[in-house]
Amino acid sequence: MTFRKYLVLAGVTVFAAAGDSMLSHGMKQAGNISLNHLQGILLALLNPWVAAGILLLLAFFASYMNALSWADLTYVLPATSLGYVLLALVAKFVLHEQVSPLRWLGIALISGGVGFVAGGPALTSHEHSKSPVLAKEARNVAPAVDGAPAEDVPAVGGGARR
Amino acid sequence: MKHAYTWGGILVVVFASVVGDVLLARAMKQVGDVHDLWRRVGLWAVVSRTLGNANFFLGVTAMAVAFFSLLFALSWGDVSLVAPAAASLTFIGNAFAAKIFLHEKVDQRRWLAAVLVAAGVALLAG
Repeated sequence: MTFRKYLVLAGVTVFAAAGDSMLSHGMKQAGNISLNHLQGILLALLNPWVAAGILLLLAFFASYMNALSWADLTYVLPATSLGYVLLALVAKFVLHEQVSPLRWLGIALISGGVGFVAGGPALTSHEHSKSPVLAKEARNVAPAVDGAPAEDVPAVGGGARR
Repeated sequence: MKHAYTWGGILVVVFASVVGDVLLARAMKQVGDVHDLWRRVGLWAVVSRTLGNANFFLGVTAMAVAFFSLLFALSWGDVSLVAPAAASLTFIGNAFAAKIFLHEKVDQRRWLAAVLVAAGVALLAG
């Protein structure tokens, strides 16, 4: 795990939380959308909060795909749930809203879950766990690991050629 | 009867999101580590390789199905039931699906995390 990868995971968390709240703020301003008035959707897109929310959710999707390219689904998903914790903390410390004890319990549970996963490896799926580069290194190293076969292998190969 | 519709809707949402997440995760594993690829072949190649992946396309479709069924479920039931139930059941479903279909090693640590996160989300998402 490099610093850059932690930044991507932070992006997954922050973009999702910020995008969702901007979208919901904007949609409350834009008003109800019904199937009879589909042009309402187009009008809603003109709302700056809705537009910004959609851009942030696109950024979330890009970081989510980025993270899934090098980490397990079960490693990345808890990071997405940290967004709920972030929203509750923003409600408490920025918007000065009341956060109920049950919600604090929810924050503690999610944080605990994320902590459990973050302490383990990021990638475990065996069919993909070796990048081509690592696989090549492993092949180069393998004969040297146990000395005796390493000496035998070239001899057998050489014998066959002769 | 309304109850049955609501829970039916929630199950459709959960099923579609789990299918979508698994397909997207598989697609990105097929594309390969984006950081390495970006350095070797450039951003544009990474983007076109991702958008051209069949699993990516199917995954996005499944996510769209999940989104629209969530809208339907929300019109049948209360937000305070539908949103947390769908979100937390998706975490549990994903842990099973990742183990079965993506062959991830979902050990005790990750099961515990899935349950804790699902419980936490159920409390916060309402």
